[in-house]
Amino acid sequence: MAFGDQYKKWKVDDFKVSSACGLSGFISRDGHLTGGEVIIESMRVIRERGNGLGGGFAGYGIYPKHEEHYALHIMFEDANGKSRCEELLEESLEVEASEEMPTMPIPQIQAPPILWRYFAVPRREKLTAEGLSADDFMVRLVMAINTTVPGTFVFSSGKNMGVFKAVGFAEDVGEFFRIPDYSAYTWIGHGRFPTNTPGWWGGAHPFNILDWAVVHNGEISSYGINKRYLEMFGYHCTLLTDTEVMAYLFDLLVRKQGLPLPIACKILAAPFWKSIDEDDDPAEKELLESLRMTYGSALVNGPFAVIVGYSRGMVGLNDRVKLRPLVAATKDELLYVSSEESAIRQICPRPDRVWAPPAGQPVIGELKGDV
Amino acid sequence: MPGTMVPSEFIINIDQERCRRCKRCVMNCGFGAFEFKDRTIADSSKCVACHRCVVFCPEEAITIGRNPLAFRENPSWDVGLRKSIWRQAATPGMILTGMGNDLPWLNIFDHLLIDACQVTNPSIDPLREPMELRTYLGRKPDHLEVEPNGNGGFGLKNKVSNNIRLEVPIMFSGMSYGSVSLNVHRALAIAAEQLGTVMNTGEGGLHEELYPYADHIIVQCASGRFGVHSKYLNAGAAVEIKIGQGAKPGIGGHLPGEKIGLDVSGTRMIPVGTDALSPAPHHDIYSIEDLSQLIYALKEATDYKPISVKIASVHNVAAIASGIARAGADIIYLDGFRGGTGASPAVIRDHVGIPLEIAVAVVDEQLRKEGIRNLVSIIAAGGIRSSADVAKVIALGADAVGIGTAALIAMGCRVCQKCYTGNCSWGIATQKPELMGRLDPDWGAERLVNLVDSWSTELKEILGALGVNAVESLRGNRERLRTLGLDATTAEILDVKPAGR
Repeated sequence: MAFGDQYKKWKVDDFKVSSACGLSGFISRDGHLTGGEVIIESMRVIRERGNGLGGGFAGYGIYPKHEEHYALHIMFEDANGKSRCEELLEESLEVEASEEMPTMPIPQIQAPPILWRYFAVPRREKLTAEGLSADDFMVRLVMAINTTVPGTFVFSSGKNMGVFKAVGFAEDVGEFFRIPDYSAYTWIGHGRFPTNTPGWWGGAHPFNILDWAVVHNGEISSYGINKRYLEMFGYHCTLLTDTEVMAYLFDLLVRKQGLPLPIACKILAAPFWKSIDEDDDPAEKELLESLRMTYGSALVNGPFAVIVGYSRGMVGLNDRVKLRPLVAATKDELLYVSSEESAIRQICPRPDRVWAPPAGQPVIGELKGDV
Repeated sequence: MPGTMVPSEFIINIDQERCRRCKRCVMNCGFGAFEFKDRTIADSSKCVACHRCVVFCPEEAITIGRNPLAFRENPSWDVGLRKSIWRQAATPGMILTGMGNDLPWLNIFDHLLIDACQVTNPSIDPLREPMELRTYLGRKPDHLEVEPNGNGGFGLKNKVSNNIRLEVPIMFSGMSYGSVSLNVHRALAIAAEQLGTVMNTGEGGLHEELYPYADHIIVQCASGRFGVHSKYLNAGAAVEIKIGQGAKPGIGGHLPGEKIGLDVSGTRMIPVGTDALSPAPHHDIYSIEDLSQLIYALKEATDYKPISVKIASVHNVAAIASGIARAGADIIYLDGFRGGTGASPAVIRDHVGIPLEIAVAVVDEQLRKEGIRNLVSIIAAGGIRSSADVAKVIALGADAVGIGTAALIAMGCRVCQKCYTGNCSWGIATQKPELMGRLDPDWGAERLVNLVDSWSTELKEILGALGVNAVESLRGNRERLRTLGLDATTAEILDVKPAGR
């Protein structure tokens, strides 16, 4: 099915997509940049966890020349969408540079849309007039484009990072987008196994908003209420994928409400009442009780394993009963998180430590303070 | 001419061969339908089909049948309508009734289906995994702030205000002392404590004997202000301002003088034998700002306990609820048009209000649209009949449910709808000492605990099938409901997709 047909289907139907998947990611805490061929190599091992209907990557630190600019990766069904979108961009942003995304056509990747990237910042007068922060302005702009411009989809909008995704197996998607040409301190990869819809380019992972990139294995059984909760804060889940909910929740809790990442993880994968009741520290108990009381609608219930990238780090997280696999490993300054140990050992044969993070316990790796 | 000219609704049959003439039926019938001469004689015209005699006859000699008397069929002139006219032609007045709406209106609950997991998201087994029903009622902040606590962890900067903690999202609805017996209140209080939930006093005050159950009681302040004093207001975990009731939106509570003996009169602070007629509106609430003043007056009087506002589900319920949330309430108690009552004019009970399912859906949606859903908890009551109804109404957006009729049925009620007469043979809706004594509070409490425990187990089973392990993941999660045989407009209002989509 052509890109456009799928796209229309997604925009018209209120139809949630669930998927199972393979994920892998790593961060160099010392800021060392690694070529994209490494993450492709890792993903190749867990090819079987996907079914060729979606693959993608996110790299952090890939656009050092444009690090002050939002890097917008946009897919267009046709030239009409592109010109309409560019009018909107011109009106809202100062565009520093724009170019076609470098790709390598291969037979495994069929019917690509028009792929273009823009490096830009919001127009100052717009921010003043709207009274918005640059980040909030960009979130609104991305949502406006994705909901109102036909056949157009912004799939990456962070700074000095980028998301690359398509219908296909992860390693083919990597080759198509020439991922080995990029170097990053954090790489995240995803191979998708959608179970109830043909793949669509925009529906592949990672899902991104600003510098958040989320790859996700699972289905969120609490999706309906998570979505309605986010709507209260102005987030509109236009893609109707579980993963989108996850990205917006991180953005809301960490960026907008200023909660530390470990606290956000305690909200998404809340500890059970039994363990809260048994907590001997009254202050900790009150904190956890208050979090559950306040953020019950943000509890992400159902099987999931996610890897979330952000500008300074990467976090791996499982649902509260660990219904999906997630393995972590360290080697010197590197932290690895993946669906399978094999995907880690493929690129790091002798890790210092390998472990299975317990349910609901985040594994967080961040750049060291001076990096 | 014989009285009202209304033929008996039921016919009592006594098998005289089996009857041992023990007279238990004579003693047990609260309505005086039996008499003993040389044998047991029944007056069918007094029978309300409450089954007390049937249950207590040791020989199973009594059966109750519907009067087979044929009426000429005429769908526009339903037999019930003809009987009402005969009664009103005999004695002018409103037809009184008890319990919830008994007309065959569409029941939306019966057109909603619940989802379950298969393969892609696994179901969770409540027998082997934790399954959480704990619910907090009251205002929540829209976000929390934390700061490093110096030990590598974090401490709270802003606190959550007082909430009521329920171990199950099911509470007992307001049923006043006066409309029901003190033993009913005793049973409800004992059960609420055991279950970790709350009972609601209704509008008749709280007998001092029950003050020790304060943590498990919501005390009500209604337009009649019966039994309201400062000690009473502080005798509960929360205070509820009763604006309206699903069974009789727009009118006040009615308790006939027959049910007001010494104890009820003492608790309600009114003379023995007077009709306790609550004014239709609160005489100090004629607008939303007046309500706000009462809410804050009650908060001041109770050291900021949660304040609930109970309203009947009426056409404009969403906007009203939004006003109540903004007026400072912590809980909104929505009573649907099937809600029960001890006494109500039948015309109001049967024709005024809207279904609970719609009220919950539109109130939840409105509060979310306005970004103020966190300001209040929503309690849904009035027509909750089973754990399936509980799950469905929580999925539509309620935080918890209230059960009244179901609780009474657990204690023996046969839904004969004669609560207003004070003759309840089961000792529930009566103040007659000889009838009241029939309900042992401990027995009643045990039945209530069993019922709520059963529903909780069923609710956990439903959550497990849905693949979630905490009730907050079902709350407002309409994605997990589908409609079947419901018209498109109603489905759209409920924001629930039809089965197959």
